[in-house]
Amino acid sequence: MKIAVCVKQISDPSEPQAIDPTTMRLTRGSKAILDDSDAYGVEIALRLAEAGGGGEVVLISMAPNQEVQGVRTGLAMGAASAVVVSDPLLAGADALTTAKVLASVVQRIGADFVIAATESTDGYTGTVPAQIAALLGWPALTFAKQIELRGSTLSIQRQTEDGYDVVEADLPAVVSVTAGVVEPRYPSFKGIMSAKSKPVEQLSVGDLGLSISIDEQVISVTDAQARAAGQIVEDDGTAEVEIMNYLTQIKVL
Amino acid sequence: MLNNCVIVTEPQGEGLAPVSFELATIARTIASKVTAVVFGVDASSVAASLANYGVTEIVSLGDTDGHLPAVMVADAMRDHIQSAQGTDVVLVAQSYTGRDVLGRLSVLLDAPVLTNAVGVREADGSLEVENLVFGGEKVVTSTISAPIRLIAVRPKSVAAEPAVAASEPQVQQVSPSADVKANRAVIVSSHVEERQGPKLDEAEVVVSGGRGLGSAENYRFIEELAGLLHGATGASRAIVDAGWVPYAYQVGQTGKTVKPNLYLAVGISGATQHMVGMKGAKNIIAINKDKDAPILQIADLGIVGDAQKLLPRLIEAVRQKAGA
Repeated sequence: MKIAVCVKQISDPSEPQAIDPTTMRLTRGSKAILDDSDAYGVEIALRLAEAGGGGEVVLISMAPNQEVQGVRTGLAMGAASAVVVSDPLLAGADALTTAKVLASVVQRIGADFVIAATESTDGYTGTVPAQIAALLGWPALTFAKQIELRGSTLSIQRQTEDGYDVVEADLPAVVSVTAGVVEPRYPSFKGIMSAKSKPVEQLSVGDLGLSISIDEQVISVTDAQARAAGQIVEDDGTAEVEIMNYLTQIKVL
Repeated sequence: MLNNCVIVTEPQGEGLAPVSFELATIARTIASKVTAVVFGVDASSVAASLANYGVTEIVSLGDTDGHLPAVMVADAMRDHIQSAQGTDVVLVAQSYTGRDVLGRLSVLLDAPVLTNAVGVREADGSLEVENLVFGGEKVVTSTISAPIRLIAVRPKSVAAEPAVAASEPQVQQVSPSADVKANRAVIVSSHVEERQGPKLDEAEVVVSGGRGLGSAENYRFIEELAGLLHGATGASRAIVDAGWVPYAYQVGQTGKTVKPNLYLAVGISGATQHMVGMKGAKNIIAINKDKDAPILQIADLGIVGDAQKLLPRLIEAVRQKAGA
């Protein structure tokens, strides 16, 4: 079994974020990190591969400038190798373009199981896993909060508006996982050292034989209507009185 | 005005989820015809309510036969859109099923998607789609140059408003034929995570808890206070990820959007992804130990204090006032 895990390398979300007024794209910080959401997917893939006795986990990522900083984190966690697709043609790529690139890599490496986060932390479109599945002609088992693999049958608990469904399908399939589904491991020192020598294949759009056209444009970025801070009160042991007054004022009580 | 807007309704109980009517409300403002796709519910029983919102045509796909709906719905929509011609835009809810349908449809039609929309406007034949970034600080307006625009709209972005006059939609029954290889995801069982009180996204009062509660056990204070205020209970992503409460409780970017009269945030710092889901509340009260917590910047009443000490006193005060 070969598991492809889609990983995004994003600017550290704890740093101030901005949109470049010229390109209308998110300004990337100097440091790229593995999107937290994807660490869950990497962890699940590693566990399934370990439980299945000999599965292989390959990280696949679309990133500017051959970026590997975030991918190295996933390799340090235990993934065997990575494929990174970089190309100036992909600047400003939308979700469908991203899915075309990733699905093409899945076919190229011959994976029969794809794991992705439900959405990235910086773009949060939330459709890429379903798009990858459609491109491959596989089922999409999305929004999984728990995953089991019994032989070649996948069984997930899929979030619903008021609980969850148990959903099953045989491989090949695409699964998208929500955060919190497992506790991602921290890379060990040994893992960090060995990650440096693990294979990372760098590809361009041409290598994948894709033609790219991006049909979305951002036309403006404006300030949203701000919500001003109201009254701030330090709790000196009687703050409940302030809250009660407010609740009465807005007729909740 | 555009020609035809297809909306994907979603079943809820015996009827349709409220977001279905929000989509119809938006669709009427951008296109002269509105086609509603209905599945998992008897179309004849929801036709009258869709007519009240100006839907001009209903395409009924019937039951999804225990499969995840996206493959069947998307495949049927592709067939309908290609045979009927004249569809300019598709609107789905930013929901689990909505995103799955949109993702597959985008591949079938080779058209890009825009998601998380909070506003959709028609301007001289092109569509302008607004979404919020950085926790609702900035509004990004985008357009799609493809001939068909696929858009996911966040629930509660607009109020559902009936049309001035009800329409008389034709109901077209379709027997969908989904791609067999892709349509292999079967729903084995469904589980409702029971909760007390009103539905989170429909409640007038929402009391939400976060890490500042200190422990999963202390979430009982949130439940108690919500009960006294006849409200729903919510949660930050942090405590959902930590397994304190089920996912269905989550408010925010990856959870539910709420617009109650009162949102009471207890021990929630206000990460950008949480703010997106609750900023539209009419009144916000926040309790947080950290005076610099972002949530205090947007609260109408912010209390700097330890939620674990304040909550029991507040519950007692409300109980006394309510005479309970």
